[in-house]
Amino acid sequence: MAADAQEFLTFTLGDEHYALDILTVKEIRGYESVTKIANAPPFIKGVINLRGDIVPIVDLRIKFNVGNVTYDEFTIVIVLHIRSRIVGIVVDGVSDVVSLDKEQLRPPPDFGVAFNSRYLLGLATVNEQMIILVDINELISSEELGLFDSPEATGTSA
Amino acid sequence: MSIDMKQFHAVFFEESQEHLDEMEQLLLELDVANPDSEMLNSIFRAAHSIKGGSGIFGFDALTSVTHIMESLLDKIRQGKMAITKDMVDLFLSSVDQLKEILRCYHTGEELNWSGVYEQTKKLELVTAGNASGVSAIKNDNQDGYGFFSAIEPEAEAESYGFFDEPVKSGSAQAAPLQDESFGFFDDLPATESASLSLSSPGQAIDDYFGFFEDPSSSVSTIHLPAVSSLAIDEPVSTTPIDLVQHLPSVEKSPAASSPKVKSSETVSVESSSIRVDVAKVDQLINLVGEIVITQSMMSLLGKSLEGAMAEKFQAVANELERNTREIQEAVMSIRMLPVSFVFNRFPRVVRDLSSKLGKQIDLIIEGGETELDKGLTEKLVDPLTHLVRNSIDHGIESADVRRERGKNPTGTVVLRAAQQGGNIVISISDDGGGLNRERILEKARENNIVVSENPKDEEVWQLIFAPGFSTAAAVTDVSGRGVGMDVVKRNVQSLGGRIDIESRAGQGATFTIHLPLTLAIVDGMCVSVGEQTFIIPLVHIVESMQPAAKDIKTLAGDDQLLHVRNEYWPILPLYKVMQLDPQFTDVNKGIAVLIETNKYRFALFVDGLVGQQQVVIKSLEQHYKRVQGIAGATIMGDGSVALIVDVESLALTVNNVLQLATAV
Repeated sequence: MAADAQEFLTFTLGDEHYALDILTVKEIRGYESVTKIANAPPFIKGVINLRGDIVPIVDLRIKFNVGNVTYDEFTIVIVLHIRSRIVGIVVDGVSDVVSLDKEQLRPPPDFGVAFNSRYLLGLATVNEQMIILVDINELISSEELGLFDSPEATGTSA
Repeated sequence: MSIDMKQFHAVFFEESQEHLDEMEQLLLELDVANPDSEMLNSIFRAAHSIKGGSGIFGFDALTSVTHIMESLLDKIRQGKMAITKDMVDLFLSSVDQLKEILRCYHTGEELNWSGVYEQTKKLELVTAGNASGVSAIKNDNQDGYGFFSAIEPEAEAESYGFFDEPVKSGSAQAAPLQDESFGFFDDLPATESASLSLSSPGQAIDDYFGFFEDPSSSVSTIHLPAVSSLAIDEPVSTTPIDLVQHLPSVEKSPAASSPKVKSSETVSVESSSIRVDVAKVDQLINLVGEIVITQSMMSLLGKSLEGAMAEKFQAVANELERNTREIQEAVMSIRMLPVSFVFNRFPRVVRDLSSKLGKQIDLIIEGGETELDKGLTEKLVDPLTHLVRNSIDHGIESADVRRERGKNPTGTVVLRAAQQGGNIVISISDDGGGLNRERILEKARENNIVVSENPKDEEVWQLIFAPGFSTAAAVTDVSGRGVGMDVVKRNVQSLGGRIDIESRAGQGATFTIHLPLTLAIVDGMCVSVGEQTFIIPLVHIVESMQPAAKDIKTLAGDDQLLHVRNEYWPILPLYKVMQLDPQFTDVNKGIAVLIETNKYRFALFVDGLVGQQQVVIKSLEQHYKRVQGIAGATIMGDGSVALIVDVESLALTVNNVLQLATAV
């Protein structure tokens, strides 16, 4: 999916540096109180009010078991626009926006990375720092996260 | 079943006006020496559209003029005739004429029939420049006189006496008369005139000329509008026979009278509706929703004011709340359409299907005026069609079987719509054989669907929604393939609704669809459970109370019942359903909110009551997904999110045992 030079927002989860397509980012905010949703998996913290929209908040640190799951004044929520929906992900911090093109990408390893490689676009090195590029579209709309109702789901009746 | 024809008229007038405007513009742009074929086609199509529509509604003057125009235009566009400037002028004056006619039909004024006749004569003369013209007209079959078979002939002020009851004998014979401009452009053979007198000779002619009169007189079977040109000069008190004699004279007289119709400089009918992009309306609705929220935030702030200002502020705040509510309702109604828009196709469906299957079925429609959001209306068509077809195909038995069972050989299907609280409820009922419990269970076993030990009927009926499920012995092209019901359920759920089934063996089945009204403002009671606030729609609350310990009875296990005035209400602790840490776990320390739905009642146990307020329902599904037990979310005055409880689905989580013990 990487075009000639794409811009990525880098963020941290635990000790690792990740990056996602900047065009999916709607805004970046701090972590505020969240309204819990019953019977949701622990990594779905709940929903918040984003200027009138009810937006779910996902803590990737919980889902992929990385880093320290704490919520303080430094905790960041990246609000994303994924397939006409809005979702927020909790991360430890955000850093720069980097520009990367195809040549700079290396294939992702099959192990040692928190995410399944199907969610990864590749690896890149920026300023001697290894950055793992995430296919955020794939990840957020995946069944694994179960954020959205899949079209084939035959829900049980209410 | 009645359909309000007015709404169709309005659309027709509006569209015809557009067509006429388009025709005028194109005619003005047309290069006579080298006419653009696409433009000619467009003009032709515009005339054709008006003709078709006017034929359906019986606006005969329109039909007659456009028909001739259409014939002439057709010749021109096919190259059989060359267009001249005189023809363009004629067309333009015809367009003016049509606009005036349209205006008269719209406002209910009397038509200038002589003017109409004059125009059509002119057009016809030009058309007849080609020898084959006249005969072509004769043979041309008038389409558009498709009488609505299901429409009530009486009681429509706008029917102008043109709607025929299909059963009345008049229509068939009147057909040749209507066919071509009431016989004016033919040689008026005696036969044509004779057909005039065939229909309802008993009725006073007065009725037939009362286009815009009192509806009660508009039940007529003769189309005699043309003849009313007589009315201009002579009082209409003649019998049918007299009319016949008058007809020939009409041919000669109009030449004498000059057209009274002026050009379009005179009063034009303002289009009373505007075409608006749905996206704009949606945005408006969203913005109004935001205003409601902001207004409630402001009210909240105002409560903490003190002093003289507080009272003044409160008064203004109340006024604002009233205004906001009104805007909200008005804006919501922009997108609302009556459900009849969906229902009106079903008489035809039922008719075709029942004759195809050789069954006798009556369709009853109730509540067609119930309004529904436009988006929902469109999406309801498929599920409803499927359910209706199911009822007819599988539900209602054949006439013979019904007789054997001592039932009326004609089956009945009832389509009903009603508004209930913040919901629309649409039901399809039939008095057929009902769902076959045994067959369904058997099929479920075959498909390896897990069913509980001794399932309740409701549970069994819900099985038919499983994909690929069908108990039909034979698959017809109508239904039985098992792809329908799960799609129906999914469609309904995607609209934020749900579907319930009731059935009694041998008596029939009812499918009920509950749908939320979009952008609903809900009057709710805010309750607290632990740190969170929930909203319970006021419409379902019977009362709230702090129960005394002695009124709480415990059953085996953890289930509890509340004793209230000699009735037992099952207690449902909201903190358990929502998996929260409550402030109180003892029911007598918190609050019990007695909730009643159509079928169930229970006491919802919460920590406390926060207050009553009006909230705007925000969708959870928009960015997340459907959550069991939650109808939506809202934004409180302080900006936090509160979840709105879905009492119907909560009711279903109440233990079965308790339900049986306390069934309404």
